[in-house]
Amino acid sequence: MISRDLEVLNRAGIHARPASEIAKMASSFKSDIFFEKESMRINAKSIMGVITLGATYRSKIHCTCSGPDEEEAMAALSALFERRFEQ
Amino acid sequence: MKEFTVLDLLDLDLKEHNHLQLTCMAGRSGLSRPIKSAKIARPGLALAGFFVSFSGDSIQLIGRSEQSYIDMLEERGEYENIEKLFGYNVPCFIFIGDYMPSEHFIELAEKKATALLTTPLESSDFSRRLYSQLDEVFAATMTIHGVLVEVYGIGVLITGDSGVGKSETALELIERGHRLISDDTVKLKNISDAFLIGSGENPMLAHHMEIRGLGIINLTNLFGVGAIREKKQVELSVFLETWDQTKQYDRIGDTLTDTFLGITVPKIVIPVRPGRNVPILIETAARNERLKKLGYYSSREFDQNVLKWLESEAARRMYFSSDDIEGETGIDQ
Repeated sequence: MISRDLEVLNRAGIHARPASEIAKMASSFKSDIFFEKESMRINAKSIMGVITLGATYRSKIHCTCSGPDEEEAMAALSALFERRFEQ
Repeated sequence: MKEFTVLDLLDLDLKEHNHLQLTCMAGRSGLSRPIKSAKIARPGLALAGFFVSFSGDSIQLIGRSEQSYIDMLEERGEYENIEKLFGYNVPCFIFIGDYMPSEHFIELAEKKATALLTTPLESSDFSRRLYSQLDEVFAATMTIHGVLVEVYGIGVLITGDSGVGKSETALELIERGHRLISDDTVKLKNISDAFLIGSGENPMLAHHMEIRGLGIINLTNLFGVGAIREKKQVELSVFLETWDQTKQYDRIGDTLTDTFLGITVPKIVIPVRPGRNVPILIETAARNERLKKLGYYSSREFDQNVLKWLESEAARRMYFSSDDIEGETGIDQ
């Protein structure tokens, strides 16, 4: 199991479209991927869950991956956050 | 957890029978003060000068007897205990009825930045309402990945791996006239170690659903206000999993439980495979749960009937000789 803090770098925060990118990316891995923010802990493979986090610009999300492809999943997700969700 | 302030207490969005009817009389600068305890204190003894085990971090409720005592103290010019009370930095004072505190009391409140609130309710009624609200505010919470639906009045929490069909199952249940509380993230609260209450994490996003292939849909608009609910006690946990050939599933029932925040609820595991009608299984499970609440356990009752039948067969057997049984004839022979 590995975990890392990811920072939201796009101005608009995580709204529907970034959430769908995240969920799509997360679903392509076998590992269980969870996002934590404040007291919330949600499954990164679900769009509604990711939106519910209410992550605004510059907020930090604690990401935890565990499973056979955890390293790849974490790398892909951090890259996605750094690319500002392809926007 | 975010701090719960006096302003949050005033802002609580409550319906008629648990509305606190609070208004702020003075000390507005104290509205940002956090409430850290779920207790309510009646400061009668403190006003009389006895401060041993005084709970200074609780909301101070000033009922009619305390009010007349304060009046008496102020008439006599004995302000010491009142000032000492303010010295504890209590979250706020709540006055019952139409009592108006003296100018001196209000001055103190402004100086010490302590909010003075008032409610027209009677103190017993008000305490009951406030306690039940504070219980909810200070309850242990957790969020869980799943769907909460109300089926025949039973709160059913559906969990399972991503993509197993939780949302589709919920959608079919709503189509059949049941209600959605929350899809995807369910916030669970332990209310006084007795009830597990589930609700949506965010009222803005609740009652929306993401269905693969359809995108995000608004349930309230599609199915009407009758298809949704704000919160519901969780009374049954349903775990959906893809059918595993090698696994043995429960064939009799009544054995599994799930524990959330220390509260145990009955659990069923439903193996999912194409063509299996999961919503109707959940409906049946909910009906069965209602029967259990009425004291009727289908599987136990069935087992008892089987035992009774076996016993009576054994008893009958004693009256027959072995020949009679082979010949399947009556007692007369």
